Amino acid sequence: MAATKWHDCAAILDALPDAAFLVGPDRRIAAANAAAQDLFAAPLTGAMALSYLRQPEAAAVLDRAFGWLQGHCARDVRLSAQIRRPGPTTDTILSFSVAPVFEDGQVGALLVVLSDTTLIEVAEQQRRDFVANVSHELRSPLTALAGFIETLQGPARDDAGARETFLSIMRREADRMSRLVADLLSLSRVESQERVRPRDRIAPADIVAATVAALAPQAGDASIDLRVEDGVQGAVVLGDRDQLVQVMHNLVENAMKYGGAGKTVRIALSREPGPPAMIRMAVHDQGEGIDPTHLPRLTERFYRVDGHRSREMGGTGLGLAIVKHIVNRHRGRLVITSDIGKGSCFAVVLPEAVGAGSAPAVT
Amino acid sequence: MTERLHIDQAFDKDLEKIREAILMMGGHVEHAIAQAADALEARDEDLARQVVEGDKRIDEIEEEIDQSVVSLLALRQPQAGDLRAVISVMKMASELERLGDLAKNMGKRVPVLATSVEIEGAGAAIRRQARQVAQMLRDALDSFAQLDMALATEAITRDVDVDHMTNALFREFITHMMEDPRKISPCLHYLFIAKNVERMGDHVTSLAEHVIYLASGSKVAARPKGSSTSSVHIAPEDTVRR
Repeated sequence: MAATKWHDCAAILDALPDAAFLVGPDRRIAAANAAAQDLFAAPLTGAMALSYLRQPEAAAVLDRAFGWLQGHCARDVRLSAQIRRPGPTTDTILSFSVAPVFEDGQVGALLVVLSDTTLIEVAEQQRRDFVANVSHELRSPLTALAGFIETLQGPARDDAGARETFLSIMRREADRMSRLVADLLSLSRVESQERVRPRDRIAPADIVAATVAALAPQAGDASIDLRVEDGVQGAVVLGDRDQLVQVMHNLVENAMKYGGAGKTVRIALSREPGPPAMIRMAVHDQGEGIDPTHLPRLTERFYRVDGHRSREMGGTGLGLAIVKHIVNRHRGRLVITSDIGKGSCFAVVLPEAVGAGSAPAVT
Repeated sequence: MTERLHIDQAFDKDLEKIREAILMMGGHVEHAIAQAADALEARDEDLARQVVEGDKRIDEIEEEIDQSVVSLLALRQPQAGDLRAVISVMKMASELERLGDLAKNMGKRVPVLATSVEIEGAGAAIRRQARQVAQMLRDALDSFAQLDMALATEAITRDVDVDHMTNALFREFITHMMEDPRKISPCLHYLFIAKNVERMGDHVTSLAEHVIYLASGSKVAARPKGSSTSSVHIAPEDTVRR
């Protein structure tokens, strides 16, 4: 008898936009909709309701609601609470409410509805983190500047030698701040365009050539060998030239920084086994490699494997975040692999443009 | 026959109550771990005090479970599979109690850390490590709810990640300590916390193993190991290059 009754309810539950389930008088889940089953990654039906609402506040609410099952209660009672389910990087925040379901004037079951409010919480947290990070990044060069200005106005007023040294440090700190501001602007521009698909036909080899030309002087200074291996002659991708150059520029510059002086940075273009046809632009360095625990977080804003060292080298902590957003815009992906002691490889994989017509001539 | 059936039903009902208590206790422990990690990162002494206070409730539930188990054993005298279920549940309660203690210990260290030199990024790193454990615990408890062996096994395999994180934290804190003697005292607390979280991972692993035992009747052979903190050695010259 009960089985068919709950079966009908299941159809109604399935029509709800939110995750929902019914708790029977035995305190077990009598029916659950697909959204609820997805949410908890479990079939739910037959499980104890407390299994999934075991967090202290939730359990307390549920316990009070179990009281309704004993007999009567007002038709319009509602109880609600928030629960947090831990996840790999962020917790899932769920708001849930419980209401009695009446049959023949008696409470026959409890209806539990859960809605996911994580996004709201996450957005708020990200905003706080971002403001804190930016302030922190700007504060340290500013503190240094203020300190040197004070010294130059006071004790070192007439010391020509110290003035030179201090001014060059101040110059470096000011450069750091302008780089940070430039990267922030660039990041916000890239983000605002992320949904707009780029349409220009670009030859990856052209992008690499432009990057190598721009970075050759720097590479020369550090006696770094920039080696290009083009295995995709004539290949074309749909892209935004300036942005792709920025991606390559950031990746090659990182490889030079972390690979170290006197080493080789290898830029290899190849085809990924398809379909769909993909072009892989890989930058290999001979640095010390990155611990696997850091890999998933590298593209987070202001995430640094070694904060001190990165700042020494003039990094803003935004380079890979910019790369990620540009690559997303190009419907590609960024693949990072690393061998401790041997080096790392940052590869951008972009869909190859299909159809006739070769890339525009290199200008 | 009817009498036997009657006893079975009574036993099932009692066991079900104990299972509910375990899940509720698990909910409290999950909450405590999340709160303790949050308190540590935010250096929030009030929140930390709530964790320490909250542990009393966890101990109470364990006590209640113990009593229910004893009276269940005495009154119903379960055998074979039923006995296995009761024993497993009792062991799970004690694992959960240990987890609660470790979370409480994390909370206890917050006031000291709140007043000492800030170690940049340490709170966030511990929170990530604790998050990993919280997720394992979530899966272990979910797997207990539906005796899902695959989920329990998954929770066990993830313990290696916690171990790796602990190793990384050990190196980081030792480096901090060598750089600045003022950081030694807070870093020592962080080291203990990191080790405690690693222990939490081990308790969750045992919890998941009990679920597997409960579901299948067989013991889990070997567990994955990833901790190498017992052999971490960082010499001062390693840090000079930085």
